[in-house]
Amino acid sequence: MTDESAAAVMTSAQSSQDDVLVRVDNLVKYFPVRTAGYVRRTVGHVQAVDGVSLAIPRGKTLGLVGETGSGKSTLARCIAGLLPVTSGQVTFDGDDITNLSRRKMIPYRREIQMIFQDPYGSLNPRRRVGAIIADPFAIHKTVAGNERKRRVQELMERVGLNPEHYNRFPAEFSGGQRQRIGVARALALRPKLIICDEPVSALDVSIQAQVLNLLADLQRDYGLTYLFIAHDLEVVRHVSDSVTVMYLGRVAEEGSRDAVYRTPRHPYTAALLSAAPAADPDAAASRQRIILTGDIPSPIDPPSGCRFHPRCPKARELCGQEDPPLEVKAGDGPTHLTACHFPVEAGENLAAAAAARRESP
Amino acid sequence: MTLLEVENLTVSFPSADGVVRAVRGVSFTLEAGQTLGIVGESGSGKTVLTQTLLGLTPGAEITGKAIFGGTDLLQLSENQMRQVRGSRISVIFQDPLTSLHPLYRVGWQIAEMIRAHEKDITKKQAAERAVELLGRVGIPNPAQRVNDYPHQFSGGMRQRAMIAMAMSLSPQMIIADEPTTALDATVQAQILDLLLKLQQESHTALLMITHDLGVVADIADNVMVMYAGRAAEKGPKHDIFYEPHHPYTKGLLESIPNSSAAGERLRPIPGQPPSLINLPSGCKFHPRCTYVLDRCVTEEPGLREISSDTAHLSACWLPARAAGLGGEAEKIREETVRESRMGAAVEVAEAIAAAPEVQA
Amino acid sequence: MSLSELEFQAAAVEGAPEQAVEGRSQWQLTWRRLRSDKVAVTAMITIVVMVGLAIAAPAIAALVHHPPNIAYPNTGENAVGNPVGPFTNGFWLGTDDTGRDLMVRIFYGARISLFVGLVTTAVATVAGVAVGLIAGYFGGIVDAVLARFTDAVLAFPYVVLALALAVVLGPSLAVIIGVITFFSWAGISRIVRGQTLSLKEKEYIEAARSLGAGPFRIMFIDILPNLLAPVLVLATLYIPAAVVFEATLSYLGLGIQPPTASWGNILAAAQNFYQVAWWYTVFPALALLITTLAFNLLGDGIRDAMDPTTERLLAARRGRKARARSRKNAAGPDQAPADTAGSASA
Repeated sequence: MTDESAAAVMTSAQSSQDDVLVRVDNLVKYFPVRTAGYVRRTVGHVQAVDGVSLAIPRGKTLGLVGETGSGKSTLARCIAGLLPVTSGQVTFDGDDITNLSRRKMIPYRREIQMIFQDPYGSLNPRRRVGAIIADPFAIHKTVAGNERKRRVQELMERVGLNPEHYNRFPAEFSGGQRQRIGVARALALRPKLIICDEPVSALDVSIQAQVLNLLADLQRDYGLTYLFIAHDLEVVRHVSDSVTVMYLGRVAEEGSRDAVYRTPRHPYTAALLSAAPAADPDAAASRQRIILTGDIPSPIDPPSGCRFHPRCPKARELCGQEDPPLEVKAGDGPTHLTACHFPVEAGENLAAAAAARRESP
Repeated sequence: MTLLEVENLTVSFPSADGVVRAVRGVSFTLEAGQTLGIVGESGSGKTVLTQTLLGLTPGAEITGKAIFGGTDLLQLSENQMRQVRGSRISVIFQDPLTSLHPLYRVGWQIAEMIRAHEKDITKKQAAERAVELLGRVGIPNPAQRVNDYPHQFSGGMRQRAMIAMAMSLSPQMIIADEPTTALDATVQAQILDLLLKLQQESHTALLMITHDLGVVADIADNVMVMYAGRAAEKGPKHDIFYEPHHPYTKGLLESIPNSSAAGERLRPIPGQPPSLINLPSGCKFHPRCTYVLDRCVTEEPGLREISSDTAHLSACWLPARAAGLGGEAEKIREETVRESRMGAAVEVAEAIAAAPEVQA
Repeated sequence: MSLSELEFQAAAVEGAPEQAVEGRSQWQLTWRRLRSDKVAVTAMITIVVMVGLAIAAPAIAALVHHPPNIAYPNTGENAVGNPVGPFTNGFWLGTDDTGRDLMVRIFYGARISLFVGLVTTAVATVAGVAVGLIAGYFGGIVDAVLARFTDAVLAFPYVVLALALAVVLGPSLAVIIGVITFFSWAGISRIVRGQTLSLKEKEYIEAARSLGAGPFRIMFIDILPNLLAPVLVLATLYIPAAVVFEATLSYLGLGIQPPTASWGNILAAAQNFYQVAWWYTVFPALALLITTLAFNLLGDGIRDAMDPTTERLLAARRGRKARARSRKNAAGPDQAPADTAGSASA
């Protein structure tokens, strides 16, 4: 990130400085790729997250969108302290929580919780649901005995589960119900931040709506802040106040929800939006699909310059050479940042450009 | 030309807890070159339905008919079925990582499939066909990639390889079971694009199973919405999306985020799909239906004609005119409810209204 | 699509639990399946009988009036001083070379064998699980050290050690238990370590970490319950190994010393008399065989009972018959109201 864009981010963030609950500065997370054997040499790095900054205001929802290899899940885990950070800083409510030791991190674990994607994998199949939800109480030694049971049942009721199913095993619940159990567990200690890692992706459509409504209600009732990760753009649009689009470890575009969805400036964002299936046959037929060439490259060996350039319908020579800075483009509001040398202009037909590119690679 | 005609297909599984009635009397037809989208959620029976057509449900009790090109698929022996699979009907599964053998090269797997069905083709010819197919599905450098293992392919490419395998013997029909669910949005767009293109080129019929209404809106010609083992509604795509009649279809369409304004509360369908072992009485959807009538509690409706021009059918007791998302249709529904909800349905309606998901 | 996924769908996990069948814990389900496995049930009964006989050994001795270590040269030996066969002179299974009641000695031997088998397996399991769990969870240097130590133990020739200890400490029950335990825990530890490595990656472990759980809490409250199933199978299969191990050591003279009866030392003595007294070799060997076989079959049965796919294979067999039946009924009975519009094109 260049100095000017860094300043831009700072200015936009400073205006709501006091209100920012989570701030991430230039976070980098590389995973070493090692040879096998006793003495392992590092032969490369998976550049999962390569310099991402973001700020989540208190009580709001930041939607983090990206596909496989974008680094969004890795970023979430770095913020949650589940993965050590290679470089950069994570600030929570004014405190620097980057790479804290497990001991020092304990008080923050009460404030930062996670909801996971897989309703079947995120609950221990051999433990009863009541014990699972009571885990936070047990670990942080807050309440015990009858009071604990009462609180657990209260939580179960709040998330729409029958409190009498306290002693059942996760296998006896449906996917949507298990996700609710995960929500109850996350809610137990009244955290400030909940990181939702694709919480509804594995659920049926009608159940998704139920869980999304629940999450919205809880945010309203408890003043929660959400970092909402998803690949389904419609879901993100529905829940987010601001959106950050990631591609291969970097931020492609970020801004308020309306700004990003109405006027996407990054070709990748535009392609994502056009690819999202809409349950509307006429819209689907008339929509100009921007079909990209090729697959998402591997984060071990990312493309030079702008990481999106090999697949971009608008790519030119500069794109393969220079990494575009994340900055405000002409005509956009101060919080709408794009990392692109040749952002999408109004009225531009990217679908045609993409089709042309596919014909002649 | 009708390619596949399924008549009253019923599939049940014996289990320790009782009989699981996965599919309960489903009928539909598929014309050559057409795409039928079968939409349903977990427990709707959609996957069991297609697995049964392919003879991949050992241990099931099956009744009904599935006439494909003159023969009843359900009556075929395992050997006969093996000849049909791959050459006349092929399948694309959801997760190409598990449906491709991890220990064999991709090209070899495709060539093997070809050689299993075409006895007089040589290894070399089959290998060449494999390379050609990989190229056709848009895999770059097919001559080199044909020697790769599945794990060396990305998700999208694996799915393309699966499609190549499915197309290798020019089948008359392809069954695609959630082919794009595990893929990223941009890759999904590529795959659907590819499927459409190939279908148009080879006039193959496509039976697409998915839970994603968006995918169906994109590529299906006709749609069948399944619930609790039966068709709740079926008809041409336009009818289903713009004039939905069955409250389940309507509920599905209304519960997806893009139907409400951003930030507004979504309107989910309350409750959960029923257990296929202990199904409710009457219409299986009635415990979750906002428009439940007395009749719904006791009598299960068959598929009734909604429109006389198009083949739009719905298994619901509401009058045929109550189709669509507009105010007119809603008025008719409310009127019907007022007239026909006096007995058993009243309690059900109250339970639904009290459901936590429905309350604001 | 695998059959397990199919049944998963078919069983409609999305269904409301109240309406569906009552929830059962994993152990209840396993027990139910085990009960219906005839081989496993036979094995269980055999073990129970064997244990019962072992416990009742003194009573049996009293019943036939032949304590285990008393020789009966008059009734227990024939004219040339060789053992008498089964059902002679009140010796149900014959006698050994000094005229002692073979049956009583076998049952007393069962006490030793089963005691050693169960105790060593229990201790080895606890130790093996602890080591495997810690090595697998912590990884890194801890794992390197523990794993190498485990490998060393596994590679060690146990006979040599047993011999050495027997010489130094004198052969006894305690030495046997020590030796067997020492060599058994390593095999268990290795398997537990492997299981832990894979369980560690599960999302619910990550969830526990995100809640702030410490490593020991995670190991014992989250991982351990998931280990119990494979460990149970393993332990059940280790018991017969321990029994044979003890018999081997006693046979070599490194374990239980005569006159105390142990299947191993009985067999050691019997080998010189096989030509004149077949029962002397056969019956103790049979006892050993039956015990070992029963535990092995039980272990297999438990493993199958814990693995849900077996049930589906049984269902598949049932289903094939049902399908053949339904093919005969061409029309098939109506199970739901047919579509009134028939098969009009969709």
